[in-house]
Amino acid sequence: MRLRTLILAAASVAVLAGPALAQELTAITGGRVLTGASVIENGTVVIQNGRVVSVGTGAAPSGARVIDARGKVVAPGFVAVDSGLGGSEISSVGDSDDLTNGANSISASFDVSYGLDPWSFTLPVARLGGITRAIVVPNHPGGSGGHNHQDDSDFAGVGDGGFQSPSLFAGQAAIIHLAEGTDILVKPRVAMVAPFGEAGAGVAGGARGAEFVQFKETLAEVRLYARNRAAYDRAGLRDLSLSRADLEALIPVSNGTMPLIVTVHRAADILQVLRLAREEGVKIILDGAEEGWLVADQIADAGVPVLLNPISNLPGSIETRATRMQNAAVLDAAGVTIAIKGNEGSIHRARETRYNAGNAVSHGLSYESAIEAITVNPARIFGMAGQFGELRPGAAADVVVWSGDPLEPLSIAETIFINGQEQAPTSRQFLLRDRYARGGEGPMPPAYSR
Amino acid sequence: MTVNRLRGPSLAALACVLAGAMALSACATTGGDDTPAADGSSDAEAREPLARGLDYAANPDPFPSTYRGLPRENMAILGGTVFDGAGRRIENGVVIVTDGRVAAVGGASTPIPAGHRRVDAAGRFVTPGIIDTHSHLGVYPSPGVQGMSDGNEATQPNTAEVWAEHSIWPQDPGFNAARAGGVTTLQILPGSANLFGGRGVTVRNVPSVTMQGMKMPGAPYGLKMACGENPSRVYGGRNSSPATGMGNVAGYRAAFIAAREYKAKWDKWREDGEGSPPTRNLELETLVGVLDGSVLIQNHCYRADEMAVMIDIAREFGYRITAFHHAVEAYKVAPLLAREGICADMWTGWWGFKMEALDGVEANVALVDAPPGGCAVIHSDDAELTQRLNQEAAAALAAGRRIGMAIPEERAIGWITLNPAKSLGIADQTGSLEAGKRADVVIWSANPFSVYARADQVFIDGGLAFDRFNPAYQPVSDFELGQPGYGVSAANVTQGAR
Repeated sequence: MRLRTLILAAASVAVLAGPALAQELTAITGGRVLTGASVIENGTVVIQNGRVVSVGTGAAPSGARVIDARGKVVAPGFVAVDSGLGGSEISSVGDSDDLTNGANSISASFDVSYGLDPWSFTLPVARLGGITRAIVVPNHPGGSGGHNHQDDSDFAGVGDGGFQSPSLFAGQAAIIHLAEGTDILVKPRVAMVAPFGEAGAGVAGGARGAEFVQFKETLAEVRLYARNRAAYDRAGLRDLSLSRADLEALIPVSNGTMPLIVTVHRAADILQVLRLAREEGVKIILDGAEEGWLVADQIADAGVPVLLNPISNLPGSIETRATRMQNAAVLDAAGVTIAIKGNEGSIHRARETRYNAGNAVSHGLSYESAIEAITVNPARIFGMAGQFGELRPGAAADVVVWSGDPLEPLSIAETIFINGQEQAPTSRQFLLRDRYARGGEGPMPPAYSR
Repeated sequence: MTVNRLRGPSLAALACVLAGAMALSACATTGGDDTPAADGSSDAEAREPLARGLDYAANPDPFPSTYRGLPRENMAILGGTVFDGAGRRIENGVVIVTDGRVAAVGGASTPIPAGHRRVDAAGRFVTPGIIDTHSHLGVYPSPGVQGMSDGNEATQPNTAEVWAEHSIWPQDPGFNAARAGGVTTLQILPGSANLFGGRGVTVRNVPSVTMQGMKMPGAPYGLKMACGENPSRVYGGRNSSPATGMGNVAGYRAAFIAAREYKAKWDKWREDGEGSPPTRNLELETLVGVLDGSVLIQNHCYRADEMAVMIDIAREFGYRITAFHHAVEAYKVAPLLAREGICADMWTGWWGFKMEALDGVEANVALVDAPPGGCAVIHSDDAELTQRLNQEAAAALAAGRRIGMAIPEERAIGWITLNPAKSLGIADQTGSLEAGKRADVVIWSANPFSVYARADQVFIDGGLAFDRFNPAYQPVSDFELGQPGYGVSAANVTQGAR
């Protein structure tokens, strides 16, 4: 009984502590501030009530808690795009994966937001890598989700190639934040996902020509349905190939209000997809685009943003033979809005997003553009400009104080705020590490240490 | 009779030279002279040699290296910060390379032999070439398409008879990408579907039309073994053994029992020469190589408890484990591994992709490195990660420092240089910049623990194998020629081809 009381007391303190901190007036002073769009030396970032109050060079307001960031770097929390955070716990344990959906009648309507787990142990690990938000996407063939461990790839059926979707559409993405608490959902249904290229062709029957025709036919059915809902409900409309739920989900795609994340790799396919989007009035985001640098001007002219992994420089398939480390730099120089991804579906290795940005810099991308590509650009691409991913008044107070340049592996995220709430600097991995840090060979088994 | 008596011993003596340690017993009973032995063993000496290829000890190197090295010149690398790989950091250092070997390493006053070209490394960093102990380049090459996926002979749980070198496609563009990341030596391993996946081979990372042209002369073979989920999933899924962890262990033990018997049969036949010789068995031959120490165990093993079991199996049959690979839980048994002299080959950032990878921590490398005798290695298992092992080392270093471990960079560089050399049994040849070793050298644009550092020049055996600023030293494989994007340079891209 006494133990139970203590546990309850501890729990109530923890519950109270979070919201209280989020309200607190806090000033982070003296650091090199990367706002996401610019750099302020010796800057002051003031946050309160979960939001950024001011960013500048002034003194801390009186009464504020002051965090001394002299010699440190202050940056917006990074945004993981094309991520599976919160939706998949252990890649090979299918039951813990709520990103992969094989139902025939629920494809476009598949909504990952219902499967998100705020208690996922992947979230603190990503957070310690400076990730504070994520765009969570359904797993889809041709995408970067899943583990691509080469030892396993030949026989395990895991990784991007192993999943065969029954549909052209993989479902709808959601935006999450990574703060401790019971609700990580920021916004559900922010984008639809569809594979093109080899994977999309595979879904349609094997050939690209089949997928494009099927895609157009599907949009025609969606529009027919949208114009004739009443007739559909009384069975007065011809048979349609998609379920009612999928037809509904695709209406905002068909009228250009919901962006379509198109996973596509080779340059020829990118050009075809750009044309398809123009012809159909669909708003698209390119995902992958390893050969994008060959057609950078056309992507820029179309005003289409790109989610890419800048360290993809080997042809994993025939459709990525022109992949280069300089892809990010070339697209950025052409004026394309790019967002830089983490590795392996940005779940367990989402924390490597910052290293990927650093490697883009060492291959020609400007430092400023690299920071934008993991902060403001993802917010812009997903319609959240000014709301997060940037240190500016009114934006969510996702602020990370780094021991040094955040793109360097040697730098550590020392203090992390999400929505103004300071996050505990720990994870399940840290608990394991600390348990064994002294060798694990004491008189009592490690299981007795917390 | 005279012909026979001359022919027998002379061929046997030749076999001794070729076979080295593996044929010690045969060598002991055959002399260079033709005096009949007093104990009557002349019958054995007199018998006809086996037909070519039937005596397993007669030619232990049937696919010999033809590696010759790239054109090289004598040079002195001056003015850089040198991490020698063996724990030394030398500011304004000098590395003397003579005839493809490291001749001297020291401070600014190190004498420079006449005629050595001076290479200016001022403001840059100089390290040994990076060694990746776990690569599937060539056996799982790019493009990763059907027809090229040659890394797992997943047809039965023991395929110790297969050799990774027979699957290597030297035109894999991944070799070039790895070299641009400073990798000069790789162990190419079979996959992990099987308890015994087959032999791995250590290669010099030079472009070559043939596998033999890359093969590192004198490097011991590795035997890829796999613990855990992979073998039991693959074979259990086919309703055959092993289907469980205990099935895995039964499989290892049965194989070494057979290997001991096989070895005993050959030893006996060589001893007394009676009856027919044993039939050569490639599978058991590799395992016998493990028993006699000529083939090194490279054991894919994630979990700490499984490592402890594997150590006991090695004791039971009298062999050594050289390295545990993918040793995600090595930090849980770091003192044990150090006592046993077993290297742990690890990632820093990979975890969570399956149950046996659940407990991966970034501090693993630093914790394994901590006990005296610890051998911490960072490996890739990945065509992309192998290009950035220096950054993986930086992340591992940061994780160690975060828990208060004062690890200098000159020690951490050993995780990707000298320690992997130990893990492959080639530390006498490479892995550090010490006099007499192969001149495998990387000149970095900046501190290699920075994400912005690039390998400017990469030397293998003193030969310039890659130069970031000179297209003449940026090799492209046959596969890369004429592919989409080939020869297209974007206006703002001035750095190396990759």
